[in-house]
Amino acid sequence: MSATAAADIQLDASGRLRHFLTVEGLSRELLVRIMDTAESFAGVTAQNVKKVPLLRGKTVVNLFFENSTRTRTTFELAAKRLSADVLNINIATSATSKGESLLDTVRNLEAMHVDMFVVRHAQSGAAHFIARHVAPHISVLNAGDGRHAHPTQAMLDVFTIRRCKGEFAGLKVAIVGDILHSRVARSEIWALNTLGVEEVRVVAPKTLLPAHVEALGVVPYHDLSEGLRDVDVVIMLRLQLERMGSAFIPSEHEYFQRFGLTEKRLEKARPDVIVMHPGPINRGIEIDSAIADGPRSVILPQVTNGIAVRMAVMSMAMHAGPDMEVAA
Amino acid sequence: MSGERILIEGGRIVDPASGFDGPGTVCVADGVIAGVGAPPDGFEADRRVDASGQIVCPGFVDLCARLREPGQEHKGSIASESAAAAAGGVTTLCCPPDTVPVIDTPAVVKLVTERAEQAGKVRVLPIGALTRGLTGTDLSEMYALKRAGCLALGNADRPLAHPLVLRRALEYAASFDLVVVFRPEDPWLRSQGCVHEGVVSSRLGLPGIPETAETVAVAQALPLIEQTGVRAHFGQLSSGRAVEMVAEARARGVHVSADVAVHHLHLTESDVDGFDALCHSRPPFRTMADRDALRAAVADGRISAVCSDHQPHEPDAKLDVFPETEPGLSSLQTLLPLMCALVAEGWLSLSDAIARMTAGPAAILGLASGRLVPGAPADICVFDPASAWVPAQGGWLSAGRNTPFWEWTLTGRVTATLAGGRLVYSSGDIASARIG
Repeated sequence: MSATAAADIQLDASGRLRHFLTVEGLSRELLVRIMDTAESFAGVTAQNVKKVPLLRGKTVVNLFFENSTRTRTTFELAAKRLSADVLNINIATSATSKGESLLDTVRNLEAMHVDMFVVRHAQSGAAHFIARHVAPHISVLNAGDGRHAHPTQAMLDVFTIRRCKGEFAGLKVAIVGDILHSRVARSEIWALNTLGVEEVRVVAPKTLLPAHVEALGVVPYHDLSEGLRDVDVVIMLRLQLERMGSAFIPSEHEYFQRFGLTEKRLEKARPDVIVMHPGPINRGIEIDSAIADGPRSVILPQVTNGIAVRMAVMSMAMHAGPDMEVAA
Repeated sequence: MSGERILIEGGRIVDPASGFDGPGTVCVADGVIAGVGAPPDGFEADRRVDASGQIVCPGFVDLCARLREPGQEHKGSIASESAAAAAGGVTTLCCPPDTVPVIDTPAVVKLVTERAEQAGKVRVLPIGALTRGLTGTDLSEMYALKRAGCLALGNADRPLAHPLVLRRALEYAASFDLVVVFRPEDPWLRSQGCVHEGVVSSRLGLPGIPETAETVAVAQALPLIEQTGVRAHFGQLSSGRAVEMVAEARARGVHVSADVAVHHLHLTESDVDGFDALCHSRPPFRTMADRDALRAAVADGRISAVCSDHQPHEPDAKLDVFPETEPGLSSLQTLLPLMCALVAEGWLSLSDAIARMTAGPAAILGLASGRLVPGAPADICVFDPASAWVPAQGGWLSAGRNTPFWEWTLTGRVTATLAGGRLVYSSGDIASARIG
């Protein structure tokens, strides 16, 4: 399936967002619209009453087959701030762990007349698979599937970049670390290139880069100091040790020596560089605490922005944005 | 119908083994070919088959088709899949040893062959397990398997424990002139991969199987094949580089041959895009360059056999997240049309395409079939090279519908199949009448 086809499953006949599975194939205009919608929701979280009634009467199911705190919490908060009812499925104690197939799990939840699935799964393609098999009125949002995609994380990252930098044109962005196992990196690469940044770099040892990584639209570096030269944005990634077998890196110590973000290395970047991290961070393995907690870090604003972005995507997928009527 | 005297007339006979290519009749008596070109003196037919406008060629010899019996009858059975084979023009097929139980004893060999005989369709040749239980550690009783009817041994897609076991297995097999069939894949390099490691796997975030998983396995096996003098066959190659390696060894005089699965001549890594589980294959579909290299090798004979690598599945096997789905395509009935497509595209002649499905694989196993010459088994395929059909619209006999070609319009359809002189398949589009 081509990028166009990938987008097709995400859009309805009118070109509106139906599912949000991947950034790949979506237009620049749609990504900008998501960010603009998120901007309109950002104020909601600062109000005394942090709710809007856009998804009142709708039921959102958080279907997490992998452990998550940050992502699940922000999706839950986003749904609740849109006044939706939220159901959290604990897969560890669900029927799936008793041998029920993924499709049967989805079908059973579907029979309870839910309106949206927020899916996290350890295998690439899970969100696509569910989206292909759900009833027409149900939306599927990908909260991270294997190594494939984490589109809302990418959108909150580019939203954060836009808030800090204003424009994407001319920006140089370095994504540092375990690109191979990172669904966040893949989605960020699509988003950044679609939004027209000047250059996306990936910095990692060859063991942590996917095959033919240049084909994704990035410039690979194996030297962090070189990779950071004159960049406007640094996105650090967590070493996903739980997804690794053996022999990707000799040790965390050596990894930090060569690819850890330190004050000295960050001097290579532009003076107004911002440092991002999708979390959770491993201090002293991929990033020095002084940077993580320092003035150039926007790690916590990323988390805050995540709620607004997820509200935006949820409302758009349910065709209930701030400028739209809630579907009856 | 056993012993029936059959006259196939009006067709174009194509027999690559003898070089015969032209109009004529094929006569069958007592289960063997009685005459080709013109009826022998005094031949009186019990049945006439009108093959006007059609190709008459040897029945296809398929070096790899899983029938799922014993042990996985929810996917298919010897009865259902041998019927599909007959409908695909296949008259002899080899089933890999990864049944349940494994084909590692004469009893299981006997079970498979007897059930195939009961099904009464095509000849089934079980490939015996190279190691007991396919565990890769202990040698199977190869001589006993040979006596039970195995012409070849292999370890299906299971790895051997280490090179010394491989060496010993090859030496022992060579003692009894058994062919050893490899499905070359280094398990460490394959790791958890489920698609070709390349641009598409990187984009989709799917764990990749590098080309080196195949080439390293070939590179490891070739010196041991050369050292032991065993007759070896590499099945279902997927990369152009592996083909080159095998061809180089063959040119040096090493007793080695290779086949490719027919769908690897058509599909590439791009076909899994969108997480299409129907294109989940092992080995995986690789690059367009690999596909074209495989096509070129089939055309020039470096790959002398094309197989179906038939793997029927129940629907649920493909109804899951891509990495969790089971690999394999149901492909017995797409073997011929996909080869016809290569002919139509100009990659090879019709005669060469038929050779890769008949004389080529027959020679690898030393079979008497795969040729239309007097005295050879009357294994015959009659097909209409211009007949267009859609698998989804009927005529699909395999229990497995797991093919990405399900909705495709395919050109080239079998109209009649004779196995051992018996009409085991007739599409209804061919006139076949008893005389008298």
